[in-house]
Amino acid sequence: MIPLIIYVAIFVAAFFIVTKVVQKAVPADYTSLKTVTFGDESAVRPNRAAGVISILTIFLMWGIFTGSSLLPRFLHAPGPFEGTTTFTYTAQVEGRAPDDATVTVVVHPRDVETEAPGVEPGDGFAKNDSAAIAQWRTGLINVAGNDEISKGDGNTVIAINGQKIAPGQTVTVEGGAVTLSDKGTPNFEPERGWQMEPLYLPSPEAVWVRTGEILRDGFRNFTLLEHLGYSLFRVVVGFLLGAAVGIPLGYAMGLSDWFRGWFDPIVEFMRPVPPLALIPLVIIWAGIGEAGKIILLFLAALWIMAIAARSGVSGVKISKVHAAYSLGASKWQIMRYVIIPNSLPEIFTGARVAMGVCWGTVVAAELVAAEQGAGMMIMTASKFQNTDIVIMGIILIGVIGFGIDMLMRWAERLLVPWKGKG
Amino acid sequence: MTGLSIKNLSMRFELPGGDHVQALQDVSLDLKAGELLSVLGPSGCGKTTLLNIVAGFLAPTSGELILNGHKIKGPDAERGMVFQQGALFEWMSVRENVAFGPSMKGTPKKDKDATVNHLLDVVGLQDFKEKAVYELSGGMQQRVALARCLANDPDVILMDEPLGALDALTREKMQSLVLKLWKETGKTIILITHSVEEALLLGERLIVMAPRPGRIHKEYRLPFAELGVNADLREVKKHPEFGPRREEILNMIWDMEEEIMGGKEDAA
Repeated sequence: MIPLIIYVAIFVAAFFIVTKVVQKAVPADYTSLKTVTFGDESAVRPNRAAGVISILTIFLMWGIFTGSSLLPRFLHAPGPFEGTTTFTYTAQVEGRAPDDATVTVVVHPRDVETEAPGVEPGDGFAKNDSAAIAQWRTGLINVAGNDEISKGDGNTVIAINGQKIAPGQTVTVEGGAVTLSDKGTPNFEPERGWQMEPLYLPSPEAVWVRTGEILRDGFRNFTLLEHLGYSLFRVVVGFLLGAAVGIPLGYAMGLSDWFRGWFDPIVEFMRPVPPLALIPLVIIWAGIGEAGKIILLFLAALWIMAIAARSGVSGVKISKVHAAYSLGASKWQIMRYVIIPNSLPEIFTGARVAMGVCWGTVVAAELVAAEQGAGMMIMTASKFQNTDIVIMGIILIGVIGFGIDMLMRWAERLLVPWKGKG
Repeated sequence: MTGLSIKNLSMRFELPGGDHVQALQDVSLDLKAGELLSVLGPSGCGKTTLLNIVAGFLAPTSGELILNGHKIKGPDAERGMVFQQGALFEWMSVRENVAFGPSMKGTPKKDKDATVNHLLDVVGLQDFKEKAVYELSGGMQQRVALARCLANDPDVILMDEPLGALDALTREKMQSLVLKLWKETGKTIILITHSVEEALLLGERLIVMAPRPGRIHKEYRLPFAELGVNADLREVKKHPEFGPRREEILNMIWDMEEEIMGGKEDAA
């Protein structure tokens, strides 16, 4: 809840600062002179400042709640308790006066091995205790273990820091809280603060450092580039095979009623089947090696490309075909000079969709079973609780997916400049 | 013999449910080489069907078409077509569009370039040669379409409302261009239009078609096209015969439209 409030606050504050204060002097171009902008989609242009602030805010939030060293300390959300704290417990044995003893707890970072400090036993039948507990963890402290009278002989804890306590109840003490377990043993839970535990969300610099390590040392016998390269290789090969079969199939469906009749039911049935649903079958048939993945991606791309090519052919204006016939073109020339160029924009749109689907499918397939690949990397890392590798992997998968789409758009602008101009 | 001869042409479309449409009934027409015929008529009178049959895109249910002594069986380079709009190949430059016909025939590059250059001069698009066609205005695009058709040197040019989508001023300029090209090239031209003025100005002969069934209702021989070759079209419109003819044809088409509307109401 707190992170959401902070996020909304930054959003609103940035909005007012940027639009009301900084951007007073906007250039007087045509759009800025439009008086009707609400409802005019063409007048809505992404605010560059908003984009930059948005990305910075994500990293800021990430840093705030992970205690990132990239941020000055005063920006950090309250961290977990670290250091030494004490609380007293009151032990009671029937027929004797209750006795107090002190428990000294050292709360240490998870990756620093720490011994419980030595303490004087003190007087009375209840002796002083000590314990070492890692941050974000809890520890049962067997306070009766060193007492003169054991738990079995009726030694019970009745109060913490003088407050009465019964099994299941909690007393807040300095640096944490003590809960009495069902069996009457105090369980110390250090204060967690507002920050995320690195196990759940490592800080940005930790992810960065880990990325450097993986880049240098590799992960599971393969370098980072090999992992990503394998994923990309599968996508490219699967997509190319899918396009090589799907495009001619789509053309045939667009040009011949026999092909249309024969393949329509198959294509229309396979189109809504998510490629992910084919993973089990492909693994049964082709195993978890390269062949299986490429078959899966081939199937993912095939139907999309076939449908794109088919609609590219059906989308040709009949007057263009008629004109070409009247100019003396043969069937083959109509195909080469009219139908194929006319369908290219549709095919490019299909290719963009297919590449996106293939990239998602390859990661999913690698999550299930693979020796190498981006998906395998994050799945294996998650089994070993290497959250930093998982986050790094997700970021890289996103960046590559975005890169593929940008590349396809660039190729589209270059190769089919007539798109949408017909 | 040269010329186009249409004999007892009928076209009947079967509709699902046993109904049918008699798009054309017993249409006969003889066109000498070099004649310019404009075709008028209310929507649904079968004028586009007639043009598609002459182009060879449709086979008639009965009747035959003879061009220069042989039967028309399908589309052919001897019959060029100019469409209303959107029939240019937007993946080709202006030059490539005009060169399309010769390229398909495998004309040597030198001859092809000469033809294209000449035609681009004729339609006044020499400066736009390497532009993409979608960068051109509607009027310029239709000039490209005309040049593309002429580059193939067809015997007959079929025009399906080629100027229908243009604004009034551009349209007037294009009408003069069509007349000029007709006179210079001596092609047989069939022009379909919705505009009575255009049909009068451009039609050496003019036929008015009537719907249900589609048939030739009335035929005129007009002097205006010949006059318009050398004069401003606005002058031609001042010709004493022009106004009365326009009124006559407008009333004729108006009555046909009324009849269709009335028929519909009776059916309902």
